[in-house]
Amino acid sequence: MSELIRNIIRFALFLLFEVYVLNRVPHLHRFISPSLYFLFILWLPFALTERWLLLIAFATGLTLDYFTQTPGLHAAACVLIAYVRPFLISVLTPRDSSDFNYREPSPQSLLWAPYFIYVLILTLLHHGWLVLLEWMSFGSFGDFLIKLISSTAISLLLIFTVELLFPRNMRFRTNVGG
Amino acid sequence: MRNVILFIRRYFTFFTFLFLQVVSLWFLYSYNTFHQAQFLQTANELTGQVNSRYKKVENFFALGDENRRVHQLNDSLFNLLARQYVQTDTGRQLVRDTVPSDTLNRYRRYYFRPAAVIYNSTSSEKNYIQLDRGALHGITENMSVLNSDGAAVGVVVNVSPRFAQVMSLLHVRQKVNVALKKSGDFGTIEWDGVDPGLLLLKGLPKSVPVKVGDSVVTSRYSFNFPPGYPVGTVAEVISDPGTNFFLLKVKPAARFYNLQYVFVVENLQYSEQAQLDEQTRKRIEDPKRTTR
Repeated sequence: MSELIRNIIRFALFLLFEVYVLNRVPHLHRFISPSLYFLFILWLPFALTERWLLLIAFATGLTLDYFTQTPGLHAAACVLIAYVRPFLISVLTPRDSSDFNYREPSPQSLLWAPYFIYVLILTLLHHGWLVLLEWMSFGSFGDFLIKLISSTAISLLLIFTVELLFPRNMRFRTNVGG
Repeated sequence: MRNVILFIRRYFTFFTFLFLQVVSLWFLYSYNTFHQAQFLQTANELTGQVNSRYKKVENFFALGDENRRVHQLNDSLFNLLARQYVQTDTGRQLVRDTVPSDTLNRYRRYYFRPAAVIYNSTSSEKNYIQLDRGALHGITENMSVLNSDGAAVGVVVNVSPRFAQVMSLLHVRQKVNVALKKSGDFGTIEWDGVDPGLLLLKGLPKSVPVKVGDSVVTSRYSFNFPPGYPVGTVAEVISDPGTNFFLLKVKPAARFYNLQYVFVVENLQYSEQAQLDEQTRKRIEDPKRTTR
């Protein structure tokens, strides 16, 4: 399966899951609104240039916004994490980051601890920006913090469930032949 | 000049980031102020197609429940028919408009159109509902929406050719004029974005006797809603010592979680009422006008 088709299928699946499953299930609590779709951006291949990353993230967010009737809200959060992603990857992989042996970020390619930090920081940023924009008009700072932390915790739980349920076993790519 | 170009090339990614952020935020804030944003007109058409596919599947699982409700409603409709009309004084009637009247010269005031809900949310602070009827089916803005039991659901705020967007009662900017069924005293129903199971009723003076369990219905003074349809029941009475008004918590009569079929109600005299109201305000309150 080519890289492009794999990612297009992923895009569709993540968005449909977000719109028709996560947005539909009764909420655990009013402070908890988990989301999973941005894992699509976290899983994009290393080989993408930063500009493409930003544009794809913008399109992803905007598509979700079409469904949730909040134009720009998720797009803003997605663009933010797509911008931060390359910096995080270069910090978390101290070895020469110019040639990666794997296709895309995963527990296998980054190792579990750095991968956890990678997911944690981007999830926090995504939810932080989302909740901040949503609560700019009203609500107190305490609510903001609780909502951010609880949503992030539940989202992380979901992400690592997905990570364990669907392990992406990738071939180790060496320089000598594929 | 060369340096400027070099500078821009060097930070091109950062500028792309800034640009996309600004575009997103512009979408976000311009939408909140103007419901008319062209953005959503096309969006409704696109996501509406997907939503209606999904809804077809989802409807299948709730058919039994819905059938029972439709039966109940059909029974009660026979009693309700007369309420859709108002009596006009024919002796002074000079001009007749094209609105059909029945043989008793009662003019139709409210017109009900059925519609199906294809998207609905209750989890955000600003909840919208999407219907499968739009401008082509005669839906316009400011029509009220009742569920299949006749309980108030929201007000249409935006329409595209085939779909309509409804601002639910569970929206922090929604304000609907309601009355107590028992005494007819009126107040405003609002929502604070906290609990989808409780609306707030404000503006009811403390001189009015209110008990837990009292029915709240749509008011006769509302331009959008037909009068006398249930909004909810009083769940808690909070007496704020700082003001002369009660703060009532109201349990909504409509179940927002499983809306399927709704009625879009048109007040056939809406534009005339709204226009008169606006003109009056202009004439009386405009300070530049000299009094005669």
